[in-house]
Amino acid sequence: MSKRIDVKDLNVYYGDFLAVEDISINIEAKSVTAFIGPSGCGKSTFLRTLNRMHEVLPGARVEGEVLMDGENLYGPGVDPVTVRSQIGMVFQRPNPFPTMSIRDNVLAGVKLNNKKISKGEADVLVERSLQSANLWNEVKDRLEKPGSGLSGGQQQRLCIARAIAVEPQVILMDEPCSALDPISTLAIEDLINDLKDQYTVVIVTHNMQQAARVSDKTAFFNIAGTGKPGKLIEYGNTQNIFSNPTVKATEDYVSGRFG
Amino acid sequence: MSSTLTPVRSKRSALTKGQLPAFAPYVVLALALIVGAAILALVGFNAFGWGIVSAILFAAGLVGWSAVVEGSRKAKDKLATCLVVGSFLIALLPLISVIWTVLVNGVPGLIAPGFLTSSMNGVTGVYDNRAVEDGAPVVGGIYHALLGTIQITLVATVISVPVGLLTAIYLVEYGNDGRLARAITFFVDVMTGIPSIVAGLFAAAFFFAVVGPGTKTGAVAAVALSVLMIPVVVRSSEEMLKIVPNELREAAYALGVRKWRTILKVVIPTAISGIASGVTLAIARVIGETAPILVTAGFATSINNNVFGGWIASLPTFIYTQILNPTSPANPDPSSQRAWGAALVLIILVMVLNLGARLIARIFAPKSGR
Repeated sequence: MSKRIDVKDLNVYYGDFLAVEDISINIEAKSVTAFIGPSGCGKSTFLRTLNRMHEVLPGARVEGEVLMDGENLYGPGVDPVTVRSQIGMVFQRPNPFPTMSIRDNVLAGVKLNNKKISKGEADVLVERSLQSANLWNEVKDRLEKPGSGLSGGQQQRLCIARAIAVEPQVILMDEPCSALDPISTLAIEDLINDLKDQYTVVIVTHNMQQAARVSDKTAFFNIAGTGKPGKLIEYGNTQNIFSNPTVKATEDYVSGRFG
Repeated sequence: MSSTLTPVRSKRSALTKGQLPAFAPYVVLALALIVGAAILALVGFNAFGWGIVSAILFAAGLVGWSAVVEGSRKAKDKLATCLVVGSFLIALLPLISVIWTVLVNGVPGLIAPGFLTSSMNGVTGVYDNRAVEDGAPVVGGIYHALLGTIQITLVATVISVPVGLLTAIYLVEYGNDGRLARAITFFVDVMTGIPSIVAGLFAAAFFFAVVGPGTKTGAVAAVALSVLMIPVVVRSSEEMLKIVPNELREAAYALGVRKWRTILKVVIPTAISGIASGVTLAIARVIGETAPILVTAGFATSINNNVFGGWIASLPTFIYTQILNPTSPANPDPSSQRAWGAALVLIILVMVLNLGARLIARIFAPKSGR
């Protein structure tokens, strides 16, 4: 239940503005890939193009190919909604649906699509998803309470459970810990480690220690200056990127001598 | 021996300044009332003038005293407080006055037997003359008008809410601030400013052209009220949909949920409390409209249960006709009593709707309990 992603010569535009230029990257199945780089270098923009979420923003468009196990996500006739049901996403700020209970939040992907599901199957799905998100023990006694009553870290794990419940091939995470305290961050990082047994995980982070801790491979993005497009500078095994980078800019960034 | 520093008990330390005693405002108020009464006694006493003069004296006295004792910063603060409180009282005055007048004049009508349960059918000037001359009870009531108001408003709501809500959804979710969306916003703003009589004339002319000349029914009035209601519903729903965080839409999209389902099942439920209370306030806004109903529904003295056929009464037109054309021209008092009673019922209706809006907002609001 996981697929690899290959990106070929991808350019991302907002209107006429070239935001990300000429990215080619191969993301392995059942691994964790981290995107690091300074703010505004296009990591998040690029991440969103991997499940066509950038199309939600007016004027955003791409050139190039994104292949999931060889199938082009941008091929003619591809439905972005189907793409998103295969490639889930977790956002920077936890965003459980405020009108729904914890249980309904986990089932959101099923229920919002009006798929029929028996109560027994739903119970199994809720428990399995919350177990996978390391949240089951904390919320099993209050599944009918609103999801917005949980702590920030619990809400974020609820959002991960919600993303897992639709059984995607790939999970994209856009700075999932940036709004969380260190203990919740640790819980999420442990969770990411468990998730890679089943899913392909791509995570954007500003925290280099986090990238070093959780990822198998790391991609460093950089930007030449304001108004210039973001570029992929270096991509390789996390260990190499952090201990023995080949590009000077990467070394400056990971050692904190950036700028 | 502990060497705790004893607090400085003297009147003035480096940190304190002069302070007015806590009773100062009351003293100034009492003085202002006495002096105000004295001044007014010289030019001829009246309560309104007394209030104005006392208020000015109070403000001047308190600010002046404060300037002497506390310094100019505190004095300016007192002046601003006086202005704010004064403005608030002035704004409150008409409201209290209206409610008081309607209560005093309306309660006798309201408690008259059969006022809420009988219509004006068959009530002629003879009965009113008898009521005034022989002291017989005032007969006749507002049942038909109440029923008409409820029917007309209900039909207007049924027309306005779908149109208004769908327009708001288009503007927020699909418009993308394009040319069409901007045009709609512009015309909705124009519609907000349409005089209500013009809305009535539009509905009347429209039905004359489509159904036939002289068509006056509850439905025509409902269409006229919808013209007034739709922009209010669009505006309030639009604001409510706009404040639904984009993150929730993105969360749904990322789960592979289609846009229309996202709107139906995530955006609207999140905003429903605001939308519902906005609709309730829009109803409260049009329920008292008189002019458009005058030209579209006509006057009726009997019960009409069919909004699609025949003239129909409503509370505002009932008030209008009772005051302008009393049932008994020789003795207008019973008619005036009925009009005030109807006005009281109308105000109570509007208040209930406003309270209902708050209740709805609270019931539907997303819960955040633990």
